[in-house]
Amino acid sequence: MRFSAFKIISEALRGHKGWDATWRDATPKSHYDYIIIGGGGHGLATAYYLARRYGKVNIAVIEKGWLGGGNVGRNTTIIRSNYMLNGNEPFYELSLQLWEGLEQDLNYNAMVSQRGILNLFHTDAQRDAFIRRGNAMLLNGADADLLTTAQIKSRYPFLNTEDARFPIKGGLAQHRGGTVRHDAVAWGYARAASRLGVDIIQNCEVTGLDIKKNKCVGVTTTRGPIKGGKIACCVAGSSSRVMAMAGMRLPIESHVLQAFVSEGLKPLIPGVITFGAGHFYCSQSDKGGLVFGGDIDGYNSYAQRGNLPVVEDVCEGGMAILPNLGRLRLLRMWGGIMDMSMDGSPIIDKTPIENLYFNGGWCYGGFKATPASGLCYAHLLATDTPHETATAYRFDRFEKGLMIDEKGQGNQPNLH
Amino acid sequence: MIINHPLLGPRDAAEFTYLGDASLIDRPDGMADNALPAFIDYGYLRDNNAGEHRELWFHEQGDRSWLVVTRHTVTHEITNVELASDVARKRGRSK
Ligand SMILES: Cc1cc2nc3c(=O)[nH]c(=O)nc-3n(C[C@H](O)[C@H](O)[C@H](O)COP(=O)(O)OP(=O)(O)OC[C@H]3O[C@@H](n4cnc5c(N)ncnc54)[C@H](O)[C@@H]3O)c2cc1C
Repeated sequence: MRFSAFKIISEALRGHKGWDATWRDATPKSHYDYIIIGGGGHGLATAYYLARRYGKVNIAVIEKGWLGGGNVGRNTTIIRSNYMLNGNEPFYELSLQLWEGLEQDLNYNAMVSQRGILNLFHTDAQRDAFIRRGNAMLLNGADADLLTTAQIKSRYPFLNTEDARFPIKGGLAQHRGGTVRHDAVAWGYARAASRLGVDIIQNCEVTGLDIKKNKCVGVTTTRGPIKGGKIACCVAGSSSRVMAMAGMRLPIESHVLQAFVSEGLKPLIPGVITFGAGHFYCSQSDKGGLVFGGDIDGYNSYAQRGNLPVVEDVCEGGMAILPNLGRLRLLRMWGGIMDMSMDGSPIIDKTPIENLYFNGGWCYGGFKATPASGLCYAHLLATDTPHETATAYRFDRFEKGLMIDEKGQGNQPNLH
Repeated sequence: MIINHPLLGPRDAAEFTYLGDASLIDRPDGMADNALPAFIDYGYLRDNNAGEHRELWFHEQGDRSWLVVTRHTVTHEITNVELASDVARKRGRSK
């Protein structure tokens, strides 16, 4: 079933009885050519591009819970390509371009909204750093625009530019950045993949990897064993747990990141704003709630909920630039488990075990990467060579000293 | 979270900074034959299990001691707190 204006009108006339399920809820077969572990955004996108762009068949996505229950349905929905380093920027720009064509490609309304992202800066040194970043973006074909305080004020009159400690000196804007409805991304990819014959298997946890003579030949799951040609791990915050089943230790720690949504307001914040002197980012959902977040809690956690010190820290950051938040009440808050890597950048690579592949280490920036991550992982699975924009995302970059450390923090995951 | 400091008693976790996996205490021998792979492991690979986890916390806003905290990464429950220097000494190290 394709979505179209005609279909909506005809269904409206017939009492909406003709819609069918968004995707087929498959039961596992005994063998697949490609088994993708993890039905988050990245796993589903991988399956879709594997079928659509690389013409592969006999693919399964195995998800332990329900689609959208992981980070893909927990993030603050920001997309952008404002990275600086060569290993990253072409990849994230490819991702942004894929977002721009996503809804037509998937025939699904994911509410891709290029409302623009504005990174504020507060010191002269930070302005220099942002100019450098903006130039790196332009060199890689992305858009970047340095705004003065007056230009910022005209769009965001309520911003506190005169704060004594953190005055706003300007901002780096990426007008093509924005937000996307996160669960619609999971549903849209699942629907499109399912239409191409991909089996999407929910409530099926991978409990073991079947490895014979250094070759992965299948998985064991809570719904029985499944044999596979190529096995692709794509489980974000659970990366270390799943790869431990293959005896691997990863350059990754799992940390909790919280998100917050306020009560609904009339339209207030047209784009995405980030604070440059602390960690705070905010946008307004189409329902009216302010969606915001900040730093990770900072210690290993699989709890999907955080603690109060970070709540306070995030709200302080918010109050520094948006004093009008002060009387707002929070509606909801939650946490998700981030696969924080040693240099803050991801890994899309083969493993030392034959036919076992790995995608992870997305830290708290993997939502924007979803389309490119899926495409590049599909490319690796289909061709056994890295996609041209993902050649730097290798396991061995740490031992070779080729880290992709945007923040220059070193091998300390909770600082990235 | 409250960390029960062995010398100072219960303290708010916000007074501490977090370093990670307590195996960082065991710095490899730089003169050994396998020093290179050992340091790659030491620098970049981490224990990251869901369950009981031994980890290093630094009492930055307090007495500036290093602690080894045994904490459950799913429930956040802390079951044991030791001074890192005691842990190292128990392993035959001088400090
Ligand atoms: C609060 C928060 C805010 C964020 N904000 C942003 C943002 O604004 N912009 C941005 O770009 N990124 C953001 N992120 C990061 C982004 O959400 C993640 O990097 C990205 O979603 C990870 O990829 P995924 O969608 O595939 O992960 P997930 O949706 O977590 O998918 C992994 C799946 O694997 C499944 N799984 C795990 N173990 C197994 C197993 N053994 N067997 C089978 N299945 C298994 C899980 O159930 C899960 O569904 C944020 C994250 C959080 C938590």
